[in-house]
Amino acid sequence: MSSRKGYFGDFGGRYVPETLIPALDELEKMYEEVKSDKSFSEELKRLLATYCGRPTPLYFAERLSEKLGRKIYLKREDLNHTGAHKINNAIGQVLLAKRMGKKRIIAETGAGQHGVAVATASAREGLECHVYMGVEDMERQALNVEKMRLLGAEVVPVTSGSQTLKDATNEAIRDWVTNVKDTYYVIGSVVGPHPYPTIVRDFQKVIGEETKSQVLEAEKRLPDVLVACVGGGSNSIGFFYPFLEDENVKMIGVEAAGKGLSTGFHACSLTAGKVGVLHGSRSYLLQDPHGQVQIAYSISAGLDYPGVGPEHSYLKDSGRVEYTSVTDFEALKAFETLSKLEGIIPALESSHALAEAIKRAPELDPEVLVVVCLSGRGDKDMSSVRPYLLKDGDSI
Amino acid sequence: MRRLKEAFADRKALIPYITAGDPSLDGTIRLIEVLQESGADIVEVGIPFSDPQADGPIIQMASKRAIERGTTLEGVLKALKESSSRIKIPVVLMGYYNPILQYGVERFACEARESGVVGVIVPDLPFDEDTAFYGALGGQGVDGILMVAPNTPEERIKKMANSARGFVYCVSLFGITGDKRGPVEGLDSYLERVKRHLKLPLALGFGIDGPEKAKDAAALADGVVVGSALVKLIEESQEDAKVLEEKVQSFISGLREALDSVLFN
Repeated sequence: MSSRKGYFGDFGGRYVPETLIPALDELEKMYEEVKSDKSFSEELKRLLATYCGRPTPLYFAERLSEKLGRKIYLKREDLNHTGAHKINNAIGQVLLAKRMGKKRIIAETGAGQHGVAVATASAREGLECHVYMGVEDMERQALNVEKMRLLGAEVVPVTSGSQTLKDATNEAIRDWVTNVKDTYYVIGSVVGPHPYPTIVRDFQKVIGEETKSQVLEAEKRLPDVLVACVGGGSNSIGFFYPFLEDENVKMIGVEAAGKGLSTGFHACSLTAGKVGVLHGSRSYLLQDPHGQVQIAYSISAGLDYPGVGPEHSYLKDSGRVEYTSVTDFEALKAFETLSKLEGIIPALESSHALAEAIKRAPELDPEVLVVVCLSGRGDKDMSSVRPYLLKDGDSI
Repeated sequence: MRRLKEAFADRKALIPYITAGDPSLDGTIRLIEVLQESGADIVEVGIPFSDPQADGPIIQMASKRAIERGTTLEGVLKALKESSSRIKIPVVLMGYYNPILQYGVERFACEARESGVVGVIVPDLPFDEDTAFYGALGGQGVDGILMVAPNTPEERIKKMANSARGFVYCVSLFGITGDKRGPVEGLDSYLERVKRHLKLPLALGFGIDGPEKAKDAAALADGVVVGSALVKLIEESQEDAKVLEEKVQSFISGLREALDSVLFN
């Protein structure tokens, strides 16, 4: 890995307006301090246990395993408070904000899961919270908008550009530039300028750390294959990171292929993008030949982001992680399969990881041990999937 | 082509900003002529980008219009090159990093020079993030213009001294372009801090929307950048080139007058 500060190989950096440089320096300094501060890690650990419900279970998916003829475990991040892995990072960063004496919290959100998580963490700390959300996403995820408001957050509608996560992030950055003195910006994924990709990964790596000890306890050995979905890439990096040195553990990151890679309606920055700069870091990016950022598409609001975390770009180029993609249709089938076989309604995002595990299973050794990160629950997606679900026993 | 330094030599420099390709590339070239005839000393030409983080709604919309009309970096450079005989004042390009990166840093630097561009401002590329880019510009004799913010620590300003070229773009406030709140309090001590370490002309920009603020800014700085207020005029007169030229001329003349009313020394 490159020794250049704030970079993973050639990826990362701080491509931001000058006004934000002092804020990023301040954040980096504070983060270095709390990393070695026992009282911080203990407070975080206590909250993750008593407030979020960690450790989340590692569940052996018996009927799914039977159907596939391969052993499949699910890391149940869907059982976290607020229904997804997002709370791990939100709690951590809001604690950090409190330490820094910031009174005002801002965040961007796509599907609304990160927004709800930040609104939740801010409510618990009594901090003012503003969440930027594209108006298109506000329509798709109306329930999450209501939840954020109930939690005391102001949801700021974003009408510029694509009116989704990309532009919500632009607006959050503009707010931060304007109010940098008293405001903490809680980024929701392993994206953005240094030190965010590292901070978010560190708050999410609890997923992989727990998985490792839980698999060791259940199976007395390490897993063979890990599968997770990748939008910005926070659940996957948190899941993969503690296993990176374990050479025999294969890792698969799954992007959203939307209507199919050839249609242009997808969100595959790693598998179909080119290196560029967006939202403060250098990473793979969906863009046209002139460097204009393209609008990503996926049925899953949490995956339709044209960029991806810089550490994923590094792991792709180094070959340590394999990145692939599944379509809306494949994800929907997996969504239904898990609901019917295991009584678990997965988030559409997580359904992408499941779909890849299902697709890949026949190629794998029968003795293989697969763990899929079930990053969130699917209640929020009921209105998106309704038009596609089975009618009168038809097959989708 | 006049160099940037000369543009600050005789009077307070008036630096209007326009987005290339809004209303059209031909229109942009025509506007540059109007600007120089009305009293501008330097023109800042924006390369449109899909995600302009440092810009407020007015310049965001101008970028969007320009992109929808097919404006590309290649097209902007070509248009400037073809009309270089008509442009008398120095042209500075303002663009976000990604389109430049895709174009190729070396190619961009070389073609910028060939198009008569004398300086480049990249608001999302801090001076210490990609030294190869500023090196490439320098290699072509194009000035890499750095931005400084009101919260930039003195230590950091000091470090910029080796890289800063042309003039220093001092952001007037905590915010984005078109922010009506105008310059921050304590502007004089902020500019003093910059002057102590950077021996270049200082231009103040962001939120300077008319003669009154321009005059106040020019009392402390060597030049004044006016962007959103001008782009707003262009937005309002997209259809009628003649009306647009008259409006722009009158707006720029007013700013010129305001700047000339400030003591120059």
